[in-house]
Amino acid sequence: MFGYTFQWNQALARLPKMLDGAVVTMEVAVLSMLIGIALAILLTLLRLSGARALRGIATGWVEIARNTPALFQIYMAHFGVASFGIHFSPFVSLLIGITFNNAGYLAENFRGALKAIPETQTRAGRSLGMSQLQAFRYIILPQMLRISFLPMTNQMVWAVLMTSLGVTVGMNADLYGITQDLNALTFRTFELFAIAGVLFYVITKIITLGARLIAARLFRY
Amino acid sequence: MIEIQNVHKSFGPLKVLKGIDLTVEKGEVVTVIGGSGSGKSTLLTCINGLEPIDSGRILVDGTEVHARTTDLNRLRQKIGIVFQQWNAFPHLTVLENVTLAPRKVLGIDKAEAEAIAEKQLRHVGLGDKLSTFPSRLSGGQQQRMAIARALAMSPDYMLFDEVTSALDPQLVGEVLETLKMLAEEGMTMICVTHEMAFARDVSDRVAYFHKGIMAEIGAPEQIFGDPQHLETRAFLASVR
Repeated sequence: MFGYTFQWNQALARLPKMLDGAVVTMEVAVLSMLIGIALAILLTLLRLSGARALRGIATGWVEIARNTPALFQIYMAHFGVASFGIHFSPFVSLLIGITFNNAGYLAENFRGALKAIPETQTRAGRSLGMSQLQAFRYIILPQMLRISFLPMTNQMVWAVLMTSLGVTVGMNADLYGITQDLNALTFRTFELFAIAGVLFYVITKIITLGARLIAARLFRY
Repeated sequence: MIEIQNVHKSFGPLKVLKGIDLTVEKGEVVTVIGGSGSGKSTLLTCINGLEPIDSGRILVDGTEVHARTTDLNRLRQKIGIVFQQWNAFPHLTVLENVTLAPRKVLGIDKAEAEAIAEKQLRHVGLGDKLSTFPSRLSGGQQQRMAIARALAMSPDYMLFDEVTSALDPQLVGEVLETLKMLAEEGMTMICVTHEMAFARDVSDRVAYFHKGIMAEIGAPEQIFGDPQHLETRAFLASVR
């Protein structure tokens, strides 16, 4: 039909290479999440702070991250900053772009989670002699992370899928970049991208299942 | 010694405390009674500096609570407070709830903090609930845990803010028993309460608050037996 002959063997022979790419994809996603969570906690604290300027910076970050395309954010991290003479490798630019996006979305999730924690929890901590920061660290933060756990899982899935945007800034070591290069070599377009799609699907499924297992172990209460 | 001198406090236009004077000696148990909105709970949160005051002074062992230079975190270590809503930390076990502040605030190592916490939890009758999460406890048990949590900091003073008001009636007794036990052990306590029988039993002095003013204070026999003020009489008649 349509004169296209499937040649799965040719494509499948490239599977090991694609799996190498999947590992890089996972590296970017995991790193962008770890740094993203740390930054999101910082943004959450800034948004709670009394200083108008700090609140403004945090709010601006969240607004841009949530209301512009992820592609724009990655582009700016590569070609945008290059205009000012700052040059990052495609790997670093992709990582920065996705991390920026993660931090913005997660900070918004954290803000919602904070609203679900009664103000009296901090009060109870303070009345035991804890500083504001100690009360946040030991009482609020663990509860906030628990409430945000499912949204965080979603963001992790989203981070994996966003790595595919790396090709636009010259990233060719990740799953999508490698697939694109292989396609240029072999022209087995449908087969290669179908395999890539399946790999993305498997990765995200493993993440959601893994998250469920972690949640069951971590959240005993 | 806690010295409260001419304390005024408003929330916006609402004057909650209108010149309170009260001195509580070491080892004394003072209960504060009065209608809702009389300012009695606010006074407690002012004593440990959770709320600022508009004017007047509160001194705890000679340290002025609301002075700029006062290290409130340090001061609060010797003033335990338990609230109407017990505020259990839901993500921590009963034992962890009690060891958290001794470990992080006082810097006590884990084993020692656990020994202290276990002792206090046994004291309030929760020795068999150490590894339980608060969500598995009744309200009365959670409130007793909150008392143990405050006691684990070895405070010199304990403030109780209507600690039985949010409890089911059948759970009130166990918490009052705990408070009674503390009073008998010589703990300096200020208890805001609606439990008149309890106030009569354990207090050295009972203070009656009315619309932000301490209308009357005296021995329980006097306040309950021969109240001097019209408002006190009216209030006691209404709660009997």
